[in-house]
Amino acid sequence: MQASASDRDRIVITGVGLTSPNGNSLSEFRNSLLTGQSGVVTFETRYMPPVLAGVCDFDVLRYQKRKEIRRGTRAGSIAIYCANEAVTDATLDWDSTDRSRVGVYLGITEHGNVETENEIYEISQFDYDTKVWSHHHNPRTVANNPAGEVTLSLGVTGPHLTIGAACAAGNAGFIYGAQMLQLNEVDLAIAGGVSESIHTFGIFASFQSQGALAEHADPHQASRPFDADRNGIVVAEGGGICVLERLPDALARGAHIYGEIVGYAMNSDATDFVMPHAGRQAECIRTALKRADLQPSDIDIVSSHATATEQGDLEEARALHAVFQNDPSVAINNTKSFIGHCMGAAGALEMLGNLPAFDDGIAHATINLDQIDEQCELTTIVANAPREMGDVQFILNNSFGMLGINSVVIVKKYDTTGTNLADQPDSE
Amino acid sequence: MNAEQIRQVILAILARIAPDEDLSEISDEVPFREQMELDSMDFLDIVMELRKQFRIQIPEDNYQQLTTMNSTVTYLGPLLKDVESPA
Repeated sequence: MQASASDRDRIVITGVGLTSPNGNSLSEFRNSLLTGQSGVVTFETRYMPPVLAGVCDFDVLRYQKRKEIRRGTRAGSIAIYCANEAVTDATLDWDSTDRSRVGVYLGITEHGNVETENEIYEISQFDYDTKVWSHHHNPRTVANNPAGEVTLSLGVTGPHLTIGAACAAGNAGFIYGAQMLQLNEVDLAIAGGVSESIHTFGIFASFQSQGALAEHADPHQASRPFDADRNGIVVAEGGGICVLERLPDALARGAHIYGEIVGYAMNSDATDFVMPHAGRQAECIRTALKRADLQPSDIDIVSSHATATEQGDLEEARALHAVFQNDPSVAINNTKSFIGHCMGAAGALEMLGNLPAFDDGIAHATINLDQIDEQCELTTIVANAPREMGDVQFILNNSFGMLGINSVVIVKKYDTTGTNLADQPDSE
Repeated sequence: MNAEQIRQVILAILARIAPDEDLSEISDEVPFREQMELDSMDFLDIVMELRKQFRIQIPEDNYQQLTTMNSTVTYLGPLLKDVESPA
């Protein structure tokens, strides 16, 4: 069967690679999400008392030499690990893949703060003599660094970019990858998001100054989205990367299809540096639903962005209430309650951790939700224990960030009983 | 530091900047870059490490003196003769 033009616009996920504070593969991550395993620990950072953070323990030497790790960045190592895992998972014959037709699109919240802090600390040991400032500083801090390190690791000669999109970046990586496939710029997209944010004190200190850094005697209970006793964000590192392909290409090589990206949207609040805006978030969700030709009630699982700040949680709750009206068939969950806020990787990991719901029919929980904030208007949050959903067809993933950047991605279960291809003739 | 002490310092630097390399059988007469994977950025790491550890500035014109272990030890001898060995 020949593929129609519309089928060539259909983008599917055929490989997954990830590292999360509670798992270094999709199966480990999913198991932790279903069994309530947190990845939040006490973490040493410079200049401040120990903080709480989500920390990853993936095998950095699986795909890198020691020298490459020394030369590059933590974000680069995370990206290399996840990208290699995704390519392996996609069962691609990498040696025969035309790597000039592969693109790497990785969302980042920020990049370069870690490396800059390290250099400033280093020269402080030498009376701030700038002659000991490293010649590695520039290649480490250019904004494309994590994606560029992936191209070096995998021999990708097609385009590579990072997408700076604050905490909406993980979704933005997926969206950009899908768009580049639809534009026929590439035949394969390595797309998602990464974060090394915990390796600089600045992000912790800034959230603390903002009154938005989580504290708790038990690290596992520190990240508490929607809970009345929440007190802020747990910063985390991590990475979530997919192999994206056009549906006919995936079918032609018999790839396993995790799901199809059927809708997405991004927009801007245009109201404030840090305060979110429920109205714009709701517009973003509705735009993604419209593009997917779906009604709110068609969605089975909403993966919420909520970070456990009062303003952020309540604004998203208003947006979700406005769109979904507490429809009892729509389960709302939250991954940050397990792992904290993985910044540039957050949206990616939160989507990927939910993908197995297409197979197991379970919505993982939002843990640490002992008493919902009475100002929160939502009644369908999956609290503390997973929920059996039966057949899950659609997952909607929210991811929002500072400067009022909003992103939504909708993934559909792929029906393996048929070809799923439209039957009109190829118009190309 | 004497010549052997300087040699040990250089070996320690090489071990840090090229941690995947086996330095046990390095030849003192053969250029470093013919025995191990060292590019220009790695070479600058040698210069940087010497700057940090001993506060010595090596002019770019003299970088060719750091080609082999023997030439490096010979070049650094006068610069480090009054410096105590870190070991």
